[in-house]
Amino acid sequence: MAVQEYSQVHKGRNVRARGTRERGQSTWAQIGRYVAVVLVVLIALAPLYWTFVTSIKNGVEINASPPTLFPHTIDFSNYVQVLTNSTFFLPTLRNSAIISVITTLLALLFGILCAYALGRIKFAGRGAVLGLVLSVQMFPFIAMVGPLFVLFTGPIYIYNTYWALIIPDLVLTLPLTVWFLTSFFRDLPADLEEAARVDGASRLRALWYVIVPLTAPGVFSSAILSFISVWNDFLFGLSLTSDQHAQPVTVGITQFNTEHVTAYGQLAAAAIVVTIPLVILVLVLQRRIVSGLTAGAVKG
Amino acid sequence: MSVQTLDSTEQKPLSWWQRLRANGTLLPYLLVLPTLLLILVIAIYPMLDSFWISTQDNPLIAQPVFVGLANYIQVLKDPQFQGSVLNTLIFTVVSVFLETVCGLGIALLINKTFPGRGLVRAAILVPWAFPTVVSAQMWLLMYNDQTGIITYILQLLHLLPHGATLLGSSSGVIIAALVTDVWKTTPFMALLILAGLQVIPNELYEAADVDGSTPVQSFWRITLPLLRDPLLIALLFRSLDAIRVFDLFYIFGARSVPSMASYADLRLFAGTTADFAPGVAAAVIVFLFALVISLVFISMMRNMLRQI
Repeated sequence: MAVQEYSQVHKGRNVRARGTRERGQSTWAQIGRYVAVVLVVLIALAPLYWTFVTSIKNGVEINASPPTLFPHTIDFSNYVQVLTNSTFFLPTLRNSAIISVITTLLALLFGILCAYALGRIKFAGRGAVLGLVLSVQMFPFIAMVGPLFVLFTGPIYIYNTYWALIIPDLVLTLPLTVWFLTSFFRDLPADLEEAARVDGASRLRALWYVIVPLTAPGVFSSAILSFISVWNDFLFGLSLTSDQHAQPVTVGITQFNTEHVTAYGQLAAAAIVVTIPLVILVLVLQRRIVSGLTAGAVKG
Repeated sequence: MSVQTLDSTEQKPLSWWQRLRANGTLLPYLLVLPTLLLILVIAIYPMLDSFWISTQDNPLIAQPVFVGLANYIQVLKDPQFQGSVLNTLIFTVVSVFLETVCGLGIALLINKTFPGRGLVRAAILVPWAFPTVVSAQMWLLMYNDQTGIITYILQLLHLLPHGATLLGSSSGVIIAALVTDVWKTTPFMALLILAGLQVIPNELYEAADVDGSTPVQSFWRITLPLLRDPLLIALLFRSLDAIRVFDLFYIFGARSVPSMASYADLRLFAGTTADFAPGVAAAVIVFLFALVISLVFISMMRNMLRQI
């Protein structure tokens, strides 16, 4: 009996077993731990700080030697330059937003359907489908870029359009979406779905009205992860688009950094504009992101 | 009689078509179809196509000529590609090692609950969420000779000669890429390991404690062996990610110190059309490296995969 209880407690994946563990730790060990934690946080945030500080220094101070750790001048002209005068920054930012949102929605649609079949229906070839989908995660995407360029400039002429990025980005994000959703769907007790189906709902209705709402947190986590991975793509953007009609902001931002002159202040301001949404997203949703990231990994 | 027939059907293995029919529905196949089609057309087909394209002289013209392995020979003979293989391998081995060690350290550090733990977890997640190419630009602000605080400090410590930057030498570029990658990816590693740590039953540690095991012994005898599977999965993903490293070398190394992937991309898109097919050949070589890594890890994980 005790053994049974034990195993049930530890089946849950969020068991904070070691968190509750109390060991006689000396005050020094605790201080050491806090110092280490503070150090880790400082290192994690230092480049962001340096980027922000660089972005608000004026043109003279930015090149000062030694560099100033705390800015003596506060000057927002870099932001004004980036947001109003740059011909490519805002358009590429808009492209990234549109591409990321559409890709995430499509990935959710395809991913939910696929994961439902994989997680809740037994069928021949199930393992093969899951294996194939996951194997894509292992591809070096550089090897897809050449053939996709040939495909998109020839037979399917979508080079330098949103679709040229949405379609490959879907492939980039679908494997993880399917994997996460499959593990979320699989964990749901069968009773609820069966109850809905006894009441006459078809499988698809049960999926939409019972399963998706019940796993909404999981669906939401995988949507965030999908959005971030599409927003962060650089290789496809660089290779399959050519100008600000479709280029994502990851490519746009490299244009501040040409071979001859780099406008460091503007580069810094642009980097802040691109990363602030992500910082907010992470701070607000860190619990969701962590649960999404680790969902597949731990349960294996 | 009826029992007998039941027995005989049970013993006879069903063909795949019978099993498909037995489920009474094509629904699961219809559900996976969109995903499967997309992956076949946009991932598998280009992968296979790249083998074919890499054996042509110029796939961008109407009548390309089959040239066998000529593109591979050309790429493998190119000293710059040889350099890129070396750069990538050093980067892969060192970055995966450092990220695992640092990730394990951070995971052990934040495994205990303490006030502000959630905030710490959020703070270390911040670098992970940034686009790699933007992270590279942010570190560039610290590596360069005008605004670079790292360059300034290194010069102050006489680790760099006056007027030089880290990005001036190929070993410097690799170090710059390593530092940026470790900064960006360690949190991901730490979270995966942390999740693995949290499912290790506490009783094991208590039992070891009672038997007089020191925390260090418990770490080597309990924590590490039980972390083996999550660690192997994390290592596989990290190695595959590192071998295709592109953004960091594209920004820091540009043309002079490429990785395999950035070498391939520069051949594909920054050269003449005659460079396109050799670029694809270089990309196929990256794929072969990834394949070898996958096979090595999968053979190590065979026992674990059997359980799924």
